[in-house]
Amino acid sequence: MTHALEIRALTKTYKGGFEALKAIDLTVSEGDFFALLGPNGAGKSTSIGVITSLVNKTSGQVKVFGYDIDKKLEKAKSFIGLVPQEFNFSQFEPLINILVNQAGYYGVSKNEAHQRAEKYLKKLELWDKRDEPARALSGGMKRRLMIARALMHEPKMLILDEPTAGVDIELRRSMWDFLRELNQQGITIILTTHYLEEAEMLCRNIAIIDGGKIVEDTSMKKLLAQLTIETFVLDLKLAASFEELEAFAQQSEDIVYRVIDDHTLEVDLHKSQNLNQVFMQFQHHNIEVLSMRNKSNRLEALFVNLINQKSSADKSIQSNVVAGVN
Amino acid sequence: MNNSIALKSILTKEIQRFMRIWVQTLVPPAITISLYFVIFGSLIGSRIGEMGGFDYMSFIVPGLIMMSVITNSYSNVASSFFSAKWQRNVEEMLVAPVPNWVIVAGYVGGGMCRGILVGLIVTLVSLLFVDIQLYNFWIIAVTVILTSATFALGGLINAIFAGSFDDISIIPTFILTPLTYLGGVFYSLSLLPEFWQGVSQANPIVYMVNAFRYGFLGVSDVSLVTAFVVISVFIVTLFTVAMVLISKGIGLRS
Repeated sequence: MTHALEIRALTKTYKGGFEALKAIDLTVSEGDFFALLGPNGAGKSTSIGVITSLVNKTSGQVKVFGYDIDKKLEKAKSFIGLVPQEFNFSQFEPLINILVNQAGYYGVSKNEAHQRAEKYLKKLELWDKRDEPARALSGGMKRRLMIARALMHEPKMLILDEPTAGVDIELRRSMWDFLRELNQQGITIILTTHYLEEAEMLCRNIAIIDGGKIVEDTSMKKLLAQLTIETFVLDLKLAASFEELEAFAQQSEDIVYRVIDDHTLEVDLHKSQNLNQVFMQFQHHNIEVLSMRNKSNRLEALFVNLINQKSSADKSIQSNVVAGVN
Repeated sequence: MNNSIALKSILTKEIQRFMRIWVQTLVPPAITISLYFVIFGSLIGSRIGEMGGFDYMSFIVPGLIMMSVITNSYSNVASSFFSAKWQRNVEEMLVAPVPNWVIVAGYVGGGMCRGILVGLIVTLVSLLFVDIQLYNFWIIAVTVILTSATFALGGLINAIFAGSFDDISIIPTFILTPLTYLGGVFYSLSLLPEFWQGVSQANPIVYMVNAFRYGFLGVSDVSLVTAFVVISVFIVTLFTVAMVLISKGIGLRS
């Protein structure tokens, strides 16, 4: 089976010696909706840069739909649509020209390019702005313009580097719907994002990169299954005093509660436990719950854990090395 | 992949760019050249008398047209390509399956179009001051095409290396302008002492100005064959350098 993307032992060392990628391996199946997550400076954008030929790799192999970028770069490029992190279009050109020219770089005829530009500008609610220079657009509109531009040659794989950064919630959700629709049409999507909720909602598979290494590469389901404890925040009706709530929290043996104030409780729930047990305890003590929410996004909790584990392991190795040297 | 569509797209974008800002790109050369004609042609030129067997105004017209072609071909590509780097929209081409030669040809073609268009405008302006002779149209056409290509390539290489807007004005100010002024635009090389005539042979602009002047007046300080060989060698060398730089991603890829 041909994979949309295969990366083997990819390294990138920048001038000055900074190792941005340390022999990473990654495979993305055709038709996948794939999340590449990592903290700032982890190597996400460098990886995308190498795949799209904006960054020269130091060593390793990258194949796009089976085409090695060292041997068939132009063929490999023809499959990729890129939505970069930063705005990278001419601020002075009208939207329609930006899109039609971009299609032209991929050999799409002018007539066809105009039809596609109309289709995507309408779909992304930018058609009314088609003759305005790009600098006149709002931040959200500029993001949508970059998505429209990336689709002009109808790529088989779309790479989005933080596409919803700085976009309001309503617009973000409409962009999610649009990306889901594209994925349903068969386009492989690789997404990097800082909004972990976004990755959890959209992606089927996920890789986490940190310090230039892939620290996790699995399906979203398997990753979320690793989450053993989930924390909920409960808003309570003011029926009890702070002291009474403290007493309630302390007497519970199997479930861990924390009293935040006289109407807010946090509860840590192990995956072997269920919410019914919590509510039974509340009912028993006549505590009324007004609302409940997750303290943090589930993926966020796992992500922080993974990055923290990695960081502690690195520190431990470092201190061992230092001890060894001394 | 249809490379001709990609080439046409880059060329169209480049032409649209300098036409969109015509007040900055097309009007200033016309005004500058008008001033040259008024000052050097009418006011001072009338007291100079003949140069190379022609009245001074007729003598300097080809050189002034060529000066505009050189400056505009160079600065169009230098500023356009550097702006594309600076705004990062050069990435639009780098991520696409556009061969490097198409990128070079597209930008150089855009620079040539502006250089030749400005050359035409300046020629029309000069008609207000002097009756232009036409000795051989084809020599004029070939010289202007080759010269604009040479300096458009030079502008591209300058923009590839440039890290700031200052860097794209250093070469025109400190190298291009002196070479142009000392390239026989305003005088015949025969006026110079023998030593400086020899030194002038190392200035490529001498060959371009003289070949161009030959097309108008039928006189030249250098042989036409030598002139076209020199210009062709420059084009091949600069094209090769530009291709190597873009292939390696110098100034474009990290």
